[in-house]
Amino acid sequence: MTEAIVSLKGVTKSYTRGKQSVEVLQSLDLDIASGDFLALMGPSGSGKTTLLNLIGGLDTPSGGELRVGDARLDQMSSSQLTKWRANHVGFVFQFYNLLPVLSAERNVELPLLLTSLSAAERMKRVRIALGVVGLAERAKHKPGELSGGQAQRVAIARAIVADPTLLVCDEPTGDLDRKTADEILGLLQILNREHGKTIIMVTHDPKAAEFATHTLHLDKGRLVEAGELEQDERPVDVHPSERPDMDVRAGRSARDGSTGAP
Amino acid sequence: MKYLPLIWAALWRRKPRTIFTMLSIVVAFLLYALLSAVNAAFNAGVEIAGADRLITTGRYSLTQVLPFGHLQQVRSVPGVASVAGQSWFGGYYQKESNFFPQFPTQIEPYLEMYPEIVLPEEQKQAMLNTRTGAIVAKTLADRYGFKVGDRIPIIAGIWPLADGSNNWEFDLVGIFDTKNPKERSMYEMLLFHHEYFDEARQFGKGTIGWIVIKTEDPDRNEEIVEAVDDLFANSPNETRTETERAFNQSFVKQMGDIGLIMSSIIGAVFFTLLFLTGNTMMQSVRERIPELAVLKTLGYSDVGVLGLVLAESLALCVLAALVGIGLAGLLLPGIAAKLPGFSGLALKPEAFAGALGIAVLLALIVGLPPALRAMRLKIVDALAAH
Repeated sequence: MTEAIVSLKGVTKSYTRGKQSVEVLQSLDLDIASGDFLALMGPSGSGKTTLLNLIGGLDTPSGGELRVGDARLDQMSSSQLTKWRANHVGFVFQFYNLLPVLSAERNVELPLLLTSLSAAERMKRVRIALGVVGLAERAKHKPGELSGGQAQRVAIARAIVADPTLLVCDEPTGDLDRKTADEILGLLQILNREHGKTIIMVTHDPKAAEFATHTLHLDKGRLVEAGELEQDERPVDVHPSERPDMDVRAGRSARDGSTGAP
Repeated sequence: MKYLPLIWAALWRRKPRTIFTMLSIVVAFLLYALLSAVNAAFNAGVEIAGADRLITTGRYSLTQVLPFGHLQQVRSVPGVASVAGQSWFGGYYQKESNFFPQFPTQIEPYLEMYPEIVLPEEQKQAMLNTRTGAIVAKTLADRYGFKVGDRIPIIAGIWPLADGSNNWEFDLVGIFDTKNPKERSMYEMLLFHHEYFDEARQFGKGTIGWIVIKTEDPDRNEEIVEAVDDLFANSPNETRTETERAFNQSFVKQMGDIGLIMSSIIGAVFFTLLFLTGNTMMQSVRERIPELAVLKTLGYSDVGVLGLVLAESLALCVLAALVGIGLAGLLLPGIAAKLPGFSGLALKPEAFAGALGIAVLLALIVGLPPALRAMRLKIVDALAAH
């Protein structure tokens, strides 16, 4: 097996809600190989986003060892994690999270402002990134002037512009129709296969998971085999936008009122 | 500089709100600049007062006249170089709005005491030789079109002529200027002979309003002040002698403490502005919580995000302050032209620096709470909540 870029040993994560402690991840052991395209699936509240946040350095584990590349994320301070994120991870969100007041190229430039690159060099890289996602001609457009698929492409360009080793995607197609979702997933696949990016993607959509090289299932904070999922927790073979029990925009299940986020 | 597009774009996220907030800051700084200029104009006399000049007035009030005889007695006090009696005439030219100060005085010693006043020698001689002569400041001559040789009618406000008429007339024999053009507004006046004034007026003969004293050595001022006032102690016409600076200060204060009035108005305006601008900044940051969380996700540090919000607040306040000050700069010459005695009305560098200082302080006060909120933002919570 290729060397693991992400390694979790006995990782736990718990939150305190009032007087109650909620254990979201329970002693997780996981290795993700460099160059992998991993889909993380599981029902709402299973801990997918929490796991993604830990791997992306947005949060720290309550216990265990979390290593990404040479970095021990579990031992890093908040400011160290900030610097690490800037250099090693690209993020893609469900709702793109672009800054509406900035043009596509200015949005893509944001991670590069933290570097010592000159303005000309920054713009050169921005153009390359927008070219990779096929949006070079929309560089001057603001997010409000772009379709959902185009906005997500800009978000992907922003995620790759600083050339991170790891791409972390949280429901990247959750807000898109099937056709556009497939285009975005195809783009992620290209980034994985042709540009060697390691991608970890949280999704509810089994069709999206098919674009990944591996799929892992989480349930109640543990990694499980797909067959171990209870019948009503198994992923439904439809795109989230087509599921009647999902409020896609809010990431909320209409049935139980829970959110995808812990 | 590389963050400027980001800060600028964030500032104009909600254009109408930013414009209205900016307008209120612009108006506040416009008011500040105008009032600062007025305050400076009022205090200009205090600043240029001669160190070797003292003023003797009636002990209890400036309106309390002194016997003309006091002049000679003061002149004899050791350390006094020269003296000149002066009175407030209080008239106007043609209509009341054309008011400017007129003073009957002893021209020769007066001009010696005020070397900053520049009058051509031949005009000075003409003045000394013309009983009904008058000399007038260049700024006034320019404003009203006075020329040497003109007969200037002044309508008296206090002192009627012996025949009961208020229509005084003077022969303009000289037009003076100041060595320093910046001091012109302090010498916008008409001077004429006390002798003519005293002979022609209906009442108050043999009196003067106050005495201007030039001392031989400013270090002896204190001693001379005491000696002059002692001279008239327990007499019906006791005096109060003080330096010209102190006299000018108390003269300004007779109209009210301009500085205090200005500070009160400005204080109230900026206090209100704090809430208005503070609310705008809080609202602006509250709306952008997910965006700020994304910036942090991308690797912007807590301090970096704090800096961005503060820079936005600074841009808003400083830019609006500069517009306000700039507008004041454009308006002041027009106002000065319409206000007699305020021809020197202008924004001083200190007031400009003060305005910038206030703008920076305002930006920090209103920007800090939302900036701290942005700094303390937890990415996971912010992204999950929005």
